[in-house]
Amino acid sequence: MTEYIFYFLSFVSVLTALLVISARNPVHSVLYLILCFFSIAGHYILLNAQFLAIVHIIVYSGAIMVLFLFVVMLLNMNAESEPKKPMFAKLSAVIAGGSLFLVIVTALKKAEMVPVISPAESEIGLVKNLGKVLFNDFLLPFEITSVLFLSAMVGAVLLGKKELD
Amino acid sequence: MSSSEILLLTCLLAPLSGAGILLIAGRSLPKSFASALATTSVFLSFIAAFLLFRQTGAETAAFKLNLFSWFTAGKLSVDMAFRYDQLTALFLLVITGIGSLIHLYSAGYMHEDEGHNRFFGYLNFFVFFMIILVTGANFAVMFAGWEGVGLCSYLLIGFWYKNSDYNLAARKAFVMNRIGDLGLLAGLFMLLNRYNTLDFEALQEAVKAVKSGDAYLTTATVCLFIGAMGKSAQLPLFTWLPDAMAGPTPVSALIHAATMVTAGIYLVVRNHFLFSLTPATLDLILYVGLATALFAATIGLRQNDIKKVLAYSTVSQLGFMFIALGTGAFTTGFFHVFTHAFFKALLFLGAGSVIHALHHEQDMRFMGGLKKKLPITWITFLIGTIAISGIPPLAGFFSKDEILAFLYAKNPILWGLALLGSLMTAFYMFRLYFLVFHGSYRGDAHTESHIHESPISMTLPLMVLAACSLIAGFIGIPEVFAAHSHWLNHFLGNLIPVQHPEGISHSTEITLMGVSVTAVLVMVAIAFRVYGQGKVVPVAPEEEKNPVFKLLAQKYRIDEFYNFLFVAPFNAISQFFGKIVDNQIVDGIVNAMGNLAMTTSGLLRLLHNGRVGTYLLAMTLGVILVLAYNLIF
Amino acid sequence: MQELLQNVRLVPMEHYVWLSSLLFCIGVMGVLLRRNTIVMFMSIELMLNAVNLLLVAFSAYANKPEGEVFVFFVMVVAAAEVAVGLGLLVMIYRNQNTTDSQALQTLKW
Repeated sequence: MTEYIFYFLSFVSVLTALLVISARNPVHSVLYLILCFFSIAGHYILLNAQFLAIVHIIVYSGAIMVLFLFVVMLLNMNAESEPKKPMFAKLSAVIAGGSLFLVIVTALKKAEMVPVISPAESEIGLVKNLGKVLFNDFLLPFEITSVLFLSAMVGAVLLGKKELD
Repeated sequence: MSSSEILLLTCLLAPLSGAGILLIAGRSLPKSFASALATTSVFLSFIAAFLLFRQTGAETAAFKLNLFSWFTAGKLSVDMAFRYDQLTALFLLVITGIGSLIHLYSAGYMHEDEGHNRFFGYLNFFVFFMIILVTGANFAVMFAGWEGVGLCSYLLIGFWYKNSDYNLAARKAFVMNRIGDLGLLAGLFMLLNRYNTLDFEALQEAVKAVKSGDAYLTTATVCLFIGAMGKSAQLPLFTWLPDAMAGPTPVSALIHAATMVTAGIYLVVRNHFLFSLTPATLDLILYVGLATALFAATIGLRQNDIKKVLAYSTVSQLGFMFIALGTGAFTTGFFHVFTHAFFKALLFLGAGSVIHALHHEQDMRFMGGLKKKLPITWITFLIGTIAISGIPPLAGFFSKDEILAFLYAKNPILWGLALLGSLMTAFYMFRLYFLVFHGSYRGDAHTESHIHESPISMTLPLMVLAACSLIAGFIGIPEVFAAHSHWLNHFLGNLIPVQHPEGISHSTEITLMGVSVTAVLVMVAIAFRVYGQGKVVPVAPEEEKNPVFKLLAQKYRIDEFYNFLFVAPFNAISQFFGKIVDNQIVDGIVNAMGNLAMTTSGLLRLLHNGRVGTYLLAMTLGVILVLAYNLIF
Repeated sequence: MQELLQNVRLVPMEHYVWLSSLLFCIGVMGVLLRRNTIVMFMSIELMLNAVNLLLVAFSAYANKPEGEVFVFFVMVVAAAEVAVGLGLLVMIYRNQNTTDSQALQTLKW
């Protein structure tokens, strides 16, 4: 019975994703996206990637989506101010997306995937194990990300300033 | 390197270094230094040539100076090689000797000219190329010199480039020479094709087995002769030479009388081993030479420009040289080159002296009575006139008479025609002489008051050349007077097989001489009767009453004929190609290409509508296509 | 918890592939459908997460930690990207007074 949790979570993810792109009001889009991200975090837990699940919730739902929400409200967006696309463009977008899905599925169908281990037995996603890998094998990239963050911060501050000169 | 080789190199490099300095730094050098440098370098060359000549006897073997390998292409390998033999020795003496005299003369003649240094640079350059021409050990080196002298000739004819007529004359000379050069090149390629070498010695070896009258060789030699025709101004390529008188007079003397124009004769003499195998070509040379000699002489009878008379006389004398070559008497042809170089240079320089004194007046109708005012010029010019007319014992008599003897041996009728040509020579030369120096002055009074004898730098070369004209003939005293007296034949004998007029007894030969000398003296007397008193003055060609004389004065309208036959159709074709083919078709295609690019890019531009959405869609479609392509194929 | 996880074993790995492909294509569709740059941006985040999910799934099934470490770095980059991207959007809004992507046509010249 409980294996159906996966299908339930998948259903929620796809549904909220569709709502994100179809909601007229950007605020609704943001809220649906938060929901979608929560369901993805659920997937992570199912895959026994506990650390990533927590980080995902903190970073995406907690930080990024709040930022989005701030901006949407800052720019005072609502369903009325939302620009409309002509029907033809919408149709072509849906067809393009659909055919992309079709092509990807066909491509991946041919691929042979052999699981080594059941995800339940995999313990790599635990904080202890991932931390070891991160601080042993990937120490340098991990440290360099701080530089990335610093430059992103400087960039954001610079862009946010009123006058750029 | 042996001393001879060093001397030969000096001979070559002295004028080259002079030319290099003058052409590169000429603008900043003082005139006196430039003329001194140029004259010294050529004189140095002359000394080297003279020292070389001193070492050379009739028995001396030719030596070869191989500087470096010039180029190699397939089976052909051409060396920058020079060859010194008896023929080269004499040519070098003439070129550098007369060359240095004319350099000296030019120092006076060109003194006032603003292009003075440039002039000497060109002149040195010319001497350099002329030496290359006569010393080249193979056709390629000779051809380099051949083209080099053509270039210098072009530069010097158009020396006063501000006058567009002079530029046209220079262009005409260049184009006419080019026609001949094409023939020469064709001949070279034919020889190359068959014998795989351009070296004179190797060629001489190669043709030993060829039997006389070989058709291939005949064609090749005719082609070579066409080259000689262009350079040496023979019918029908002679019209450039009279126009070449546009250049300064020393140039006319050096290039267009004494040296460059004899390059054609040199070509034939140098390749006597080819030409003597092809009697048909020799006959062609004989008839072309005879026709040219007569044709040019008749035109010379009625010309009024002092330099034009001399120019036609040069053409006519070159015709005589070819007559000699045509009879197979190569040494005789060279003999006439040798003597002609002295007296024709002398005549040109004398004419230059007259022109200089009269402030660049060249029309004989405005001269006369200059005997008193220009004594040195007068005496030397008279010597030159007598020499060219063939009155013994001056230089012209010996060489011309030898030619006539050979011609008589071949065919008395041809002898008669050639004698006629030589009589006309005597007539128009004395006509020139009397019109210029006798009678009374016919120019304006202002010029008359300024007439003065030329400076020593100009009169000295005149005197030296006059002396040479007096004695040059004695290198070839006819054998009828004394056995083994013909030094020239003896000197060249080992190199070039010497011919003797066959079937003519000594008495006949002496009779022929008597006839020609008497006839010449009669012509001189007639000329004196007509022009000696200064009473008969020629008129302009337009006012000429007698239609024959008018035709002669207008040079048979040969230029107009060529214009009609070649230039006008060529211009018409050029017009057609320029206006129709180029403007309409070629430009049309080019413009159509441009318009096509404009139109298509205008259409493609519509794709670039600036909407991010469109671009994204296009990108997605692209990704889909790439994936789909991978799936399907 | 352990029991719950045991049941997940029954889910074949292919299903994760289909799920993330679907999410990714929905993201693509969103970018193509919408003209509001903020929503387009959110769709891009959706695409990123679809890929993340697949990476985690592969990592878990293969029992190799590199995939999850990679996801960690993707999140880092995404956070930085969002900070700068939203800054840019605010800038554009300040200049153009709109977030409509159609208004941004200066690329045409």
